[in-house]
Amino acid sequence: MALSKRKKAMYMRYAMYVVSIAFLVAVILFIDWERLGNAMFRWNIVKEQFPDILTKAAKNTVVFTILGFAGGLSFGLLFALMRLSSIRAYRWFAATYIEIFRGIPLLVTLLILGFGIPIATGWKWPNPYLQGAIPLSLVASAYMAETIRAGIEAVPKGQMEAARSLGMSYTRAMTTIIIPQALRIIVPPLTNEFVLLIKDTSLISVLGVTAATKDLARFGRDGVNQTANATPLIVAGLVYLAMTLPLTQLVAWMERKTKAMSR
Amino acid sequence: MSSDVVVSLQDLHKSFGSNHVLRGIDLEVTRGEVVCIIGPSGSGKSTLLRCVNMLETPSSGTITVLGRELTDIDCDIDEARSKIGMVFQSFNLFPHMTALENVSVSQRKVLKRNAKEAEETSRSLLARVGLQDKENSYPAQLSGGQQQRVAIARALAMNPDVMLFDEATSALDPELVGDVLSVMQALAQEGMTMLVVTHEMGFAKNVADRVVFMDAGVIVERGSPQQVIGAPKEERTQSFLSSVLNH
Repeated sequence: MALSKRKKAMYMRYAMYVVSIAFLVAVILFIDWERLGNAMFRWNIVKEQFPDILTKAAKNTVVFTILGFAGGLSFGLLFALMRLSSIRAYRWFAATYIEIFRGIPLLVTLLILGFGIPIATGWKWPNPYLQGAIPLSLVASAYMAETIRAGIEAVPKGQMEAARSLGMSYTRAMTTIIIPQALRIIVPPLTNEFVLLIKDTSLISVLGVTAATKDLARFGRDGVNQTANATPLIVAGLVYLAMTLPLTQLVAWMERKTKAMSR
Repeated sequence: MSSDVVVSLQDLHKSFGSNHVLRGIDLEVTRGEVVCIIGPSGSGKSTLLRCVNMLETPSSGTITVLGRELTDIDCDIDEARSKIGMVFQSFNLFPHMTALENVSVSQRKVLKRNAKEAEETSRSLLARVGLQDKENSYPAQLSGGQQQRVAIARALAMNPDVMLFDEATSALDPELVGDVLSVMQALAQEGMTMLVVTHEMGFAKNVADRVVFMDAGVIVERGSPQQVIGAPKEERTQSFLSSVLNH
């Protein structure tokens, strides 16, 4: 037992490497690659997915995401300002809204607003895109409101005081001094929000789709049904990654940059 | 009330919850006058100064600046504030703007000057505080003393009738205090009306026309610097000054 702490840590590290490599080798050796490839990655099926998976399905996913994000950002900003308002009724309303829409799963909200409301009132959604995008943006706005509020509150109080002392109105001070500074703080978390939205659009297809409004996930599922093979889902997953990975890398880069700036 | 009264405070009270910070302040500042407010921390001097431009709303009493009663609910506070310059202990420069933009922004957004005119004014103001070569620097690239001088130029950009200084040198490294004080002194000599909360007894002694000593929310003693700092009558003033000066 003459091993020092550091020596022990060193041997431990070697052991970890050995175990990891052994595990990898085992996976490579014991998996039936041919069977896996046949079930999940058949080149001829991969090729069949194109170009529709990009020109139709991915396009719909992007449309839902952008509509949801634009709506979520506008309402989110509104609710954030209401949360910070000096008027108690506004604060109360925004807080209740945020708690409700963050507390209910998106799937349930989609079903209530997409199906429940039309059944209850006889009113019909005028457009299948809005039917999916509006519930999505209502939920997104609840999350974004909290992000934006935190960003505004992170701007020191003295900034507002200095702006008001120069004769700026509250609104003017907000738009020229506070919100530009808050934006720098919230762009990384908002980008993460965007990535979450890309993935959340996959739930919209529970509301039913036409050939024209199919999103990526639904396109993949329908592909599985047609081909009796999992390849379409794998391709859909890869297309999701092609959209989300650049964005998460962008967030990581922005965070590194802010860290370097605040040093 | 004579027309050259710039700031007039009458029976001003301010409470934060149960904490009674200002307990009946009466004070007048006339045009061109430099009034220094001294006193121990917690005496209410910063709160008093922050009331003058309504950053704090007084609990009772009236504040009149340039004949406008700020405590009147019909008073346009934004308009009134644009004529009252404020310099903060922590500078509060806008970190996302260069020195030039910091000085220009209120001219553009409040006075609605065009970009060229605002920039020219800002350049001459930066030159006035000795920072003509720093117009493109961001606050983070400036020393504390330089930041505070930009903040003074920013306040001057509105052509204020009175300048308020809230412990403008307290956050500075000792060797940077002098630059800021000499800018303030130059302003005083040019005839700017100034209300200065400060711990710099030398500045109060040499620059102030009048010194006000505050303690526990009231004005204990007021008069010329020779009187208040040189030969204080009140015991509280004496003990404060001896603790400040004798170390």
